[in-house]
Amino acid sequence: MPIPTPFYPRTSTLSESHEWSEWAGYLAAITYEPTHDREYWAVRNSAGLLDVTPLFKYEVRGPDAERAVNRIMTRDVSRCRVGQVMYSPWCDEDGFVIDDGTVARLAPDRFRITAADPNLRWFQDCSFGLDVEVVDVSRDLAALALQGPKSREVLLAATEDPTLAKLRYFRLAETQLAGAPITVSRTGYTGDLGYELWMAPEHALAVWDRLLEVGRDYGLLPIGLAALDMVRIEAGLLLIEVDYISSHKALIPAQKSTPFDIGLGWTVNLEKEAFVGQRALVRAKAKGPTWSFVGLEIDWISLEELFGKVDLPPQVTGRASRSPIPVYRGDRQIGQVTSSVFSPILKKYVAIGTVEPKEAQPGSPVEIEITVEYHRERARATLVRPPFFNRARSE
Amino acid sequence: MSQKYDVIVIGGGHNGLVTAAYLAKAGKRVLVLEKRYLVGGASVTEEVYPGFKFSVFSYVVSLLRPEIIRDLNLPKHGLTILPLESTLTPLPNGDYIYRDADHFRTLRDIARHSQRDAEAYEEYGRAMYFMAKAVKFILGMVPPDPTSFHPEDLLGLAKTARNFLGLEEDQLYTLVKLMTMSAADFVSEWFETDGLRATLAASGIIGTFLGIRSPGTAYVLLHHYMGEIDGAFRAWGFAKGGTGGIAEAIASAAREFGAEIRTEAPVAEVLVKDGQAVGVVLENGEEISGDVVVSSLDPKVTFLKLVDPRQLPPELVEDIRKFNIRGSSGKVNLALDGLPNLTCMPGYGRHLAGAISISPSVEYMERAYDDAKYGRFSRRPYVDVIIPSMIDPDMAPPGKHVMSCFVQYAPYELAEGTWDEQREAFGNAVVDALSQFMPDLKEKILYRQVLTPLDIERMVGITQGNIFHGELSLSQLFFLRPAPGYAKFRTPIRNYYQCGSGAHPGGGITGAPGRLAALEILKDQRK
Repeated sequence: MPIPTPFYPRTSTLSESHEWSEWAGYLAAITYEPTHDREYWAVRNSAGLLDVTPLFKYEVRGPDAERAVNRIMTRDVSRCRVGQVMYSPWCDEDGFVIDDGTVARLAPDRFRITAADPNLRWFQDCSFGLDVEVVDVSRDLAALALQGPKSREVLLAATEDPTLAKLRYFRLAETQLAGAPITVSRTGYTGDLGYELWMAPEHALAVWDRLLEVGRDYGLLPIGLAALDMVRIEAGLLLIEVDYISSHKALIPAQKSTPFDIGLGWTVNLEKEAFVGQRALVRAKAKGPTWSFVGLEIDWISLEELFGKVDLPPQVTGRASRSPIPVYRGDRQIGQVTSSVFSPILKKYVAIGTVEPKEAQPGSPVEIEITVEYHRERARATLVRPPFFNRARSE
Repeated sequence: MSQKYDVIVIGGGHNGLVTAAYLAKAGKRVLVLEKRYLVGGASVTEEVYPGFKFSVFSYVVSLLRPEIIRDLNLPKHGLTILPLESTLTPLPNGDYIYRDADHFRTLRDIARHSQRDAEAYEEYGRAMYFMAKAVKFILGMVPPDPTSFHPEDLLGLAKTARNFLGLEEDQLYTLVKLMTMSAADFVSEWFETDGLRATLAASGIIGTFLGIRSPGTAYVLLHHYMGEIDGAFRAWGFAKGGTGGIAEAIASAAREFGAEIRTEAPVAEVLVKDGQAVGVVLENGEEISGDVVVSSLDPKVTFLKLVDPRQLPPELVEDIRKFNIRGSSGKVNLALDGLPNLTCMPGYGRHLAGAISISPSVEYMERAYDDAKYGRFSRRPYVDVIIPSMIDPDMAPPGKHVMSCFVQYAPYELAEGTWDEQREAFGNAVVDALSQFMPDLKEKILYRQVLTPLDIERMVGITQGNIFHGELSLSQLFFLRPAPGYAKFRTPIRNYYQCGSGAHPGGGITGAPGRLAALEILKDQRK
C-alpha cells in the first residue's frame, strides 16, 4: 500500500479528481482538477507546484566524497563546484545505464544525489575502500518542484530573498521560506524556468502553504504527474523504465542501453579519473552506439487523412502516452517511439524514441504506427533533434 | 510613386495579416498598411491603464483555423491558446448554473435545476458536434456560385450537398432548424431551465442586431460552435497576451516571410486605372503602387469609400448599401484592485478563470433587445464576462485583475442623444448589471474603459462598430456574402480584392477570409 508524503494533508484535500498513482511506494497525484489541462498550462504559462518527495535521495559525505561520486557518475564531478548541480547517469561495469539523476555539491566533502530507484547498495559498493559514508536521506527530505515562467517571481515573493533572483541554472542556494531553512536548486524536469525545494519533513506544510498563498497572484496551481509527463516529453527528457530500462532491471541484454544509445553521450567523460563502466564505454564509443535518441514530429495532415478515412477528426490522447510504437522507414522497422504527446503549446504531436544510428538523420522522413478504429496504419513523421520545447536558460 | 509592391493589403487586422502572410510565403512582395499605431484591428491588446493589459475589443478565440496555425507556424511566433473551460450563469435568486470540464459535476449542477436537462445536455452536445462537423467545411472553401455551370462551382455545390445529405435524417432536420429558428426556440426544444436556455441561446445574438427570439439567430449559435482547438469542436480559449497576441503572432510570421508592415499609414483611396487597381493613396497624400490591392476592411468601406462607387455596377452598389452591418454591441474593460466576490459562488476558485454570463433568463435577454429595438442601450444588458488575468497572469500586476465585459445591446443609432453623451451612462448600466451578482465590484474598479459601437467605429474603422463586419444572417452568408456574385473575394475592379470578415465565411477571429482570399489571389496570378 502506498504511503503518504509529508505534503499529503494538503494534497489530499486539494485533490478533486482523486486520481493517484504510486511513485516509489508513495501516493502521488496524477491530477488535482478533473482534467490535466490547466495544470499543464500552469507549468508552461504561470507556475506549477509538484510534490517530488518520492525521489530517492542520498548523501555522500567524507574526505573522499568527491572521489566516490566521481567513481559512480559518468560526468566529471571534480569540476562540480560547491553550490553547483550536475545531471548525470551512472552505469554498471559494462557501461550500461543503471539510473540517472542530479548531483548537488553541498560542501567540498558532501554531495546529494537524486535517483529514480533505490541505489544505496550500489553507491556503497562503488565507494568501498574510500573514506566516505553513503546515507539514504530519502525520508529526511521533503521536496517540491516549483516550475514555470512565473516560478522565479513566486519564489522571490515567498522567500523575500532577492539574492535568489540571480540563482543560475543548475546552481543551488540555502534560504528560508515560511521560517524554515530550505535548499533551493534551479533544476527541474520540465524544460521550463524552475526550481526544486528541499526541506525537512516537519517544515513541509508551512512551505507548501506559503507557496500556495503567495502563488495565487501568479497563477500557481498544484500539478500532478499527468502534466509533468507531458512537459518532460516536450523537453526531451528521459523517463526510466519508459524511454530506457535500468541495466539492473533488464531481462535480456538487448534491453540495456549505454549513455550513447539514449542521447546521453554528452555526459560521458572518458578522460576523467577511473569510473565504473569506463573501459566498456571507451569500447562502446569506438564501436558506435546501437541506437540514436531522436525526436519525432508526427505530420498532422497525415493524421487527418488517416482518421478522415473513417470520418473522424484525429483522435490523439490528451495526456502523454508511454506505449511503445514501431517506427518505420519503407518496409523496415528502424526503431521505436517510447513516449509521445500532443503538445498543446507547440500544437504538434511529438514523440521521443530511438532509431538505428544510420537512419537517424534529423529532418528525414519516417512513418510511425498508429491505430485508427482498430486498424493499424502508418502516419508520416519527421525526425528532429529534441528538445521540442526549451525556455531560454540564459536569464 | 515611391515604391512598387506585388500586393498592398489595406488594414492590419488579423485577416489582413493572414492574407499578407500567405502571399509573402508564396514569394510576393507584400505591404500591409494599418491606420493605427499597432496591428490587430479588433484583435489588439493595449495597456490602456498602466500595468493592466486589455484585450480591447475581441477577447476569446475558438475559430482560428488550425490550417492557418500550421501553415504559418504560429506557435513558433508566440501564439499560445490557454483553455477557457467554464461558464457560470448567476441567477437572480442567488443560485447559479455552472458548467466546466468536470463532466459529471456539470451534469449534476444542471440536474439541480432539471434532471431532464442534464440528460438533454449530453444529447445536445452530440447533436451540435454533428452540426459543426457538417458545416465546418465551408470555413475552408470558396463559396460556389449556384447560378454558374463552371466545373469548379458545380464541384463546390456537389461538395456542399454531399456534406449536408451525408447527415442522418434527424441530423438533417436539426440542421434545417438551426438555419431557420430563433436561438431561444432552438435551445428550448432541448432544455426547460430558463437560465440555461438564455445562456446557450446567447451565442446566437453576439454581434447581431437581433433578439434571442428572432428567427435566424440559431445559425449564429452554430457559427460559434464551428470552432475547434486541437481537433476538439466547440472549445474556446484565451490567447496569451490577449487577442493582440494572435495578431502579433500572425504579423511576426508575415514579417518572417518578408512582408512589410507599416503602421500609422491610413489609406484614403484605392488608385484605379482603366478598371484595374494599381495602388493606393494614403491620407497624407503619399501614393504607393502595387499590382494587387486587397482590402480587409468591411464591405461598406471596401466598395463605397475606398473606391468611387461609380466605377462599380449599380446593382452591387445597391446590394452593399443594403448590406446589414448594424452596430449592436459594446465593450467595457475594467482594471480591478482585486477579484470581485460572486454572491452565488463566493471566494476564490477556477470558476473565476472561465466565462461569467449575465443571461439569467430568456425574458431578461429579450428585454435587453427590446431597448435596442427602439434605439436605447439595454438598461439591463446581456454581458459576457471573463477575467483574463485569472488565465494569463501577465495581463495585470500580481494580485490585480482585468475584467473584460462584452455587452449587448448597444445600438449604433441612438433614438435620443449621442454616444458621446451617453457613454458613461452605458458604462454605469453594465457595472450595475454586474453588481447585482458581484456586490463588491464597484469598489474594486481602478479604471474603466467604455467602448460604444461609435468608439469601435472610430478606433478600428468598422462601419457601425459591427464586430462581424456585417451580420451573420443567412441572407448575408456563403455565396451571398457580401453580395451575390462577389463572394469569391474578387470585386468588379480587376486586381482589387476583399479579405475581411465581411467576406465569406464571416466574422470572429477565424483568419478564414484572409486565407481563402490569398489562395484566390494566387490562383488568379497563375492564370
